[in-house]
Amino acid sequence: MGVEIRVEGLTKRFGRQTIWEDVSLTLPAGEISVLLGPSGTGKSVFLKTLVGLLKPERGNVWIGDRNLPQLPEDLLYETRKLFGVLFQDGALFGSMNLFDNIAFPLREHTKKSESEVKRIVLEKMDMVGLIGAEGKLPGEISGGMRKRAGLARALVLDPEIILFDEPDSGLDPVRTAYLNQLIVDLNAQIGATFLIVTHDINTARTVPDNIGLLFRRELIMFGQREMLLSSEEPVVRQFLNARRVGPIGMSEEKDVSELEAEAAAGNDPGKLPPIPPQLMPSDGRIRPTQHAPGSWLRANGVTPPPGSFIDDLGRNWIDEWPRYVASMGVSPAGGIRK
Amino acid sequence: MTTAGPGAASSRLRPVADGAVNILIKEPGRFFGLVLDVFRAMFKWPFQWREFIQQAWFIVGVTVIPTALVAIPFGAVLALQMGGLIRQMGAQSYMGATSVIAIVREASPIVTALLIAGAAGSAMCADLGARKIREEIDAMEVLGINPLHRLVVPRMLACAFIGLFLNGMVSVVGIVGGYVFNVMLQGGTPGAYLASFSGMAQLPDLYQAEFKAFVFGLTAGLVAAYKGLNAKGGPKGVGDAVNQTVVLTFVLLFLENFLISAIYFEFVPAKGS
Repeated sequence: MGVEIRVEGLTKRFGRQTIWEDVSLTLPAGEISVLLGPSGTGKSVFLKTLVGLLKPERGNVWIGDRNLPQLPEDLLYETRKLFGVLFQDGALFGSMNLFDNIAFPLREHTKKSESEVKRIVLEKMDMVGLIGAEGKLPGEISGGMRKRAGLARALVLDPEIILFDEPDSGLDPVRTAYLNQLIVDLNAQIGATFLIVTHDINTARTVPDNIGLLFRRELIMFGQREMLLSSEEPVVRQFLNARRVGPIGMSEEKDVSELEAEAAAGNDPGKLPPIPPQLMPSDGRIRPTQHAPGSWLRANGVTPPPGSFIDDLGRNWIDEWPRYVASMGVSPAGGIRK
Repeated sequence: MTTAGPGAASSRLRPVADGAVNILIKEPGRFFGLVLDVFRAMFKWPFQWREFIQQAWFIVGVTVIPTALVAIPFGAVLALQMGGLIRQMGAQSYMGATSVIAIVREASPIVTALLIAGAAGSAMCADLGARKIREEIDAMEVLGINPLHRLVVPRMLACAFIGLFLNGMVSVVGIVGGYVFNVMLQGGTPGAYLASFSGMAQLPDLYQAEFKAFVFGLTAGLVAAYKGLNAKGGPKGVGDAVNQTVVLTFVLLFLENFLISAIYFEFVPAKGS
């Protein structure tokens, strides 16, 4: 049921180039977190450091009582079995067909019989909608299918932590929407801790419980979705609303003269757009770790931008929530965070 | 821009110093690190027999025909060069012996080295490099499987194993080529050619050649693994890695060839001396 990851003071350099330094955050057990950042800020490097594929120069990654960067090799391989990772292009083994790819971790790490393996593989393939493509080679299928196959392979060992490296890159908006729904459904079903690295704002605004933003070699902010979506911090605000006005420039950061010119032109960052309601599992259940809409805002006395939490059908989820929770047969106090 | 000063000079020298440190210390250090890791992974259970056999078969496929095609003219050219020299010295009856010694002791390990590095090493590096670029290696590690144990050890051993056979094949093909050339084209006598075989050549010559071939195979496998697993920067990175593998393997193999020969002569005296 999910494992908490505690990152303390993590610093990564390649030679003389610092990728990011002193990153500290806690991925709460069972929750979905998104790590955002402009291209080239080391989001993928962060993800690879979390699984111990890259060694940080400084800092700790605590998973339970194990500190990943300090682990000896055999324990590291052991600990990695807690992880499922979906790589950018699926990272399927090119010489094996989809079935063998997905069965690979089972055949390596378990003593399950071949019929048992087949049952589990087909179950996971069904989950990601790949039934019928078992015999295809990774080179013969589309990028979206490769991603879903990679996801199925990441799922077969029932991981406690799932990391997604840009699940939406190279996918059309409809497929991205399906994949996002799949991510939420999976979280509701298996309750693992999820971290999604992306720069798709729509994903970041609607899917996660928590959002983090990497920029200029540091973690600018990490916290609940509502906290970042209502934040006035210039970088956070610019990125989450995809504006040109703000500290982030085309190549990297804008210099002082550019920012002054922007200010002189009276470029107003504008009003914050409404906070969209969070994506719910498609079967209508409530995820055990789901925050009640508006809970962070209320607790911190922040007024949401007008029009927040209203879905496509015009329902306001702040009003709807208690009724919804009651209709699901769960008391608002039990199981769900208020 | 700052004006030139002591700081500017040092900042200009810095890349040079960095490069030198990289070539002299860091790269060899990382390579030996990988070598140690590979040898440690070699003794981990279970050995990947399937991968070993597949790779051995693959290496056979890419090396056998080129090896034969290189070995025939190599044997012939040695016979040609030595035939003239030996006739001038009036020692035609030793024609067979010299050609055997030249081929078994030196020529066949060298030809094996060329083929192992050029055909097997480059193919292996391209394969591992492509897997690295597609993140297959990372995925494998995340799935809790050591790629050194799974991919590199069987490849390296397959390379060494096939090296043994290639060396034997080059010796045979080279000697047959030399024989045909000497007897049919240079007018040598078959009896003298064959009789002088055992006059100078000895069994340890063959052993050291096989030992060389084995070491060459290991080296080619290790360099290919090192370069392949460190490939970065997309398809071009793989191409660069393959290129570097071939060059580096050649250099190392020729160096090893010299070292092993020198040590061999220290321990095994020439026949009759």
